Amino acid sequence: MPLERLELVDYRSFRHVRLDLGAGAHVLVGPNAQGKTNLLEAVHVLGTGSSHRVAGEGPLVRSGARAAIVRAVCVLADERRLTVELELRPGDRSRARVDGQPRRARDAIGLVRSVLFAPEDVSLVRGDPADRRRFLDDLLGQRRPSYLVARQEYERALRQRNALLRHAGRDGPTEATLAAWTETLVRAGAPLLAARVAAVHALSGPAADAYRELVTDGGSAGARLGLTYQLSTGRAVPGRVGAGVPEPVSLGDELRAGLAAAAGDERQRGMTLAGPHRDELRLDIGGLPARGYASHGETWSLALALRLGCLAVLSEVGEEPVVLLDDVFAELDETRRARLARRCGDYEQVLVTAAVDEDVPLRGRRHEVRRDAAPHGAAEPGAGSRKATEA
Amino acid sequence: MYEGPVQDLITELGRLPGVGPKSAQRLAFHLLSAEPEDARRLARAILEAKERVRFCRRCFNVSEREECRICRDARRDAHVLCVVEEPRDLQAIEKTAEFRGRYHVLGGAISPIDGVGPERLHIRELLARLDAEDITEVVLATNPNIEGEATASFLARQLKAIGVPVSRIASGLPVGGDLEYADEVTLGRAFAGRRTL
Ligand SMILES: [Zn+2]
Repeated sequence: MPLERLELVDYRSFRHVRLDLGAGAHVLVGPNAQGKTNLLEAVHVLGTGSSHRVAGEGPLVRSGARAAIVRAVCVLADERRLTVELELRPGDRSRARVDGQPRRARDAIGLVRSVLFAPEDVSLVRGDPADRRRFLDDLLGQRRPSYLVARQEYERALRQRNALLRHAGRDGPTEATLAAWTETLVRAGAPLLAARVAAVHALSGPAADAYRELVTDGGSAGARLGLTYQLSTGRAVPGRVGAGVPEPVSLGDELRAGLAAAAGDERQRGMTLAGPHRDELRLDIGGLPARGYASHGETWSLALALRLGCLAVLSEVGEEPVVLLDDVFAELDETRRARLARRCGDYEQVLVTAAVDEDVPLRGRRHEVRRDAAPHGAAEPGAGSRKATEA
Repeated sequence: MYEGPVQDLITELGRLPGVGPKSAQRLAFHLLSAEPEDARRLARAILEAKERVRFCRRCFNVSEREECRICRDARRDAHVLCVVEEPRDLQAIEKTAEFRGRYHVLGGAISPIDGVGPERLHIRELLARLDAEDITEVVLATNPNIEGEATASFLARQLKAIGVPVSRIASGLPVGGDLEYADEVTLGRAFAGRRTL
């Protein structure tokens, strides 16, 4: 679903900027800290409802303005145009319009799909298990928004059960009350577990392919990327191509048994010790854990391969997302740049940011992002290259 | 902060559920600019409701008498009991006209975060009714959210232990939504499709 146009009003440093796009590759060029990343971030916000860099809407609104607007026109597979507008109002509920009609923000978010790779993503490899759990949850939420509802339900059940265990010290919850919350937690957790395992299966093929393509030219066995979903209850589920969705009921039974085994510890520590909130997505390269073993280049390639894998998983249901690559080419050596560029040729639309144009061996339109603005920051379509100007 | 009675009014309004400081101010100034008779009528309605309405001693629905209209109605099926969280949930089910039995209102749901355990709900009274009345089926219609599910799970265990058939109304309802907001059609369907636990 390529973006035809992207327009920002009072977003970060932009007073008003309009970018005319279209299918294919687009390189946004400009010196660092000139707002190129802000453009990609805005597309990501439209897709997920939040920034990958900051929490809350406050920082996204230009200082002095009350609200920021992100508006995108994209072309659907059946060639219809879809216009989505999101108005971010710090301290207030966001507003949205779809094809001009007012909608609840949560019904508009996600209609414009995208997959973003940003420098922050090295935390997928080097960060805590929580970073990788969030990665899976974000992917599933983007695939089907109902997943996010299910996750909220689980988090609520978890908070309730933890509150019960925490206060267990003095009066102690009766067995019956704890049993009811265990059952509720298991029922809320089982669909999450099934969805996460299914995501790991679905991701394993495309991510491994992308990784192999980025780091080698052939199928060197040593470079095989492996994904494994490690359940808190002990069992590890290796990602298998074509394995499908596991049975939630049996995953629930497994969790129930794990909670029973941890019952003593749970009462002592006053917290829930098994469940999706304690699982881990394990990454290994050629059989060795990526965290700790992967070189700088391998880490970048792995994180990038995970994101590119998401593209395949998302495209299974619905429109092909727009690929957003923030400052990635500069981090790769020349061969890997060339391999990434080759892969980008397969995508419907790619938006790439770079400080130096020469870093990006991609054929496609160039857009200069710079600060020397036209009056009121209106965008000026230039001849050949287009300018996105900042006020 | 305002002075004296104005601030008192804002404070009292702000203590109502769902009323934030801003709304409390707006309501207070609306009342101040209203006709004196309008204000008196509101005050009277609050006092009268508080004095005359109480809870049914059998099912804990709101009632003007010792027992509510539904408990007194001989045409209702006395063998089937529907368990709900609040009187407003009972009203939502009544509107569907799908259920002809009687009710039991718990007065909330189990919520450890809010310090609400089973002992704070009318569960003991429910068990006493099952002992005293000729009830052959219990339908659990607690809200389709996490607390409602946990409460249903708690009750299902207790009731099964004493051998009463229990069912849970199917949640074709919006996840996380309150029963109160479910439209009547959905609720009617939910009753038709209740499942045995
Ligand atoms: Zn009654």
